[in-house]
Amino acid sequence: MGDDTKSNTKLLDELEKGPWPSFVTEMKKAAETNPMAKDLLGQLELSYEERIGHWKHGGIVGVMGYGGGVIGRYSDVPEKFPNVAHFHTLRINHPSGWFYTSEALRKLCDIWERHGSGLTNMHGSTGDIIFLGTKTNELEPVFQELTQAGFDLGGSGSVLRTPSCCVGQARCEWACYDTMATCDSLTRAYQDEIHRPAFPYKFKIKCSGCANDCVAAIARADLSVIGTWKDDIQQDDAAVSEYAAAGLDIQKDVCDHCPTKCMQWDGKKLAINNRECVRCMHCINVMPKALKPGKEKGATLLIGAKAPIMQGALLSSVLIPFVPAAELLDTIKELVSRIWDFWSEYGNNRERVGELIQRIGMPAFLDAIGLDPVPEMVTAPRDNPYIFFQTKEDGQETK
Amino acid sequence: MAVPLETLVEEIYKMVVDLQGKKNVRAMSLTKAMIDKYGAGEVNKEDCKHAIRQLIDSGRCVYGYYGGESFITIPRKEEAASG
Repeated sequence: MGDDTKSNTKLLDELEKGPWPSFVTEMKKAAETNPMAKDLLGQLELSYEERIGHWKHGGIVGVMGYGGGVIGRYSDVPEKFPNVAHFHTLRINHPSGWFYTSEALRKLCDIWERHGSGLTNMHGSTGDIIFLGTKTNELEPVFQELTQAGFDLGGSGSVLRTPSCCVGQARCEWACYDTMATCDSLTRAYQDEIHRPAFPYKFKIKCSGCANDCVAAIARADLSVIGTWKDDIQQDDAAVSEYAAAGLDIQKDVCDHCPTKCMQWDGKKLAINNRECVRCMHCINVMPKALKPGKEKGATLLIGAKAPIMQGALLSSVLIPFVPAAELLDTIKELVSRIWDFWSEYGNNRERVGELIQRIGMPAFLDAIGLDPVPEMVTAPRDNPYIFFQTKEDGQETK
Repeated sequence: MAVPLETLVEEIYKMVVDLQGKKNVRAMSLTKAMIDKYGAGEVNKEDCKHAIRQLIDSGRCVYGYYGGESFITIPRKEEAASG
């Protein structure tokens, strides 16, 4: 199509200017061989001209037996752009940590060029591989080819969304547990929950190996699994001195940024009060050769985050402050079964578990899932007035 | 299980048909309705899960999706596809 496309997409052409990669350029490349991509450009240009979207979404399209993984999408101007009259999205369950062989990627792309627009998102915000745009009658064939290639659909709708994790111990020295094995085990264990919608709304599990939280679990996951350690930060004093000698201002760049001010630098020695450390990873990020997470590793389990587009973002709250790495998988499975039972029973339609907790209160939720409140659930002193501790002797409340 | 699976399958199917076009019914609502009807001692969540699975796998029911929410419905020609 070449010049023909250019003359018909004056507004989109603006997005090809400048030094950055352009999605318009990529779509134009796809449009040279794929009529869906060509009509997609046309419809998008129309949307830019009219300042209105021309997509309808939802419906009953899917593959046999699955309730997730396909998101129906239709053009509301099919007479103008018949090749995108159906333009369904597929979510493909990504491998843990997003590791692929180049052969696997070629295979995926070949499948998609045969059955869809050839356009992809690597990756969607859920973590899945996103195949953008195919017709209803191509859904079963593309699913068959994907499964033959060892892939499966991911989650969409009121299901356990495809669990995701950071690269963990495969590429990161700070991972406090095996995020990839945890994510893979959860994905295999909960195939029913991923493919057969039975929840009030979506439920996301994201596994980060440390508090750097590279998959933003604390901001997005209904159940966040964030690696941490229980003992002291491992410290190499000679390496600390090397950082100082190389010009790092340890007082300014490390101690002053510590959220609990648990570190002191006297110009020669760095002293860490580990009892006050909240394992935020800042000092370790600044001096990776001198400081490392402790040896007693595991994870914190947190509940209730959501990241909506418009308003009402929630960060997750601590449920279990520390689970040793060896007990992590069993603990998660035991915990989610209690959470899902309660949420499925009492959650309203389209109510995330964090919203349920806001509605009924954390004490009622903890009671329902059989957990006792612990001090680590308190964000800051006198900040969470719902928890009252009692002395054993006289039962007197101490807030 | 006191209530035979076949009975449960037909009861759930009938409920989905009755609600067709009136309400998007989700799996848990169907489950609760069956437990209300037969009593918790006669039917449980697992029984209903199996019954729904049978309906979906046989193609008599399908999952629908709108706005991030899923529901169970009867297969039909997709209205949205007609524009």
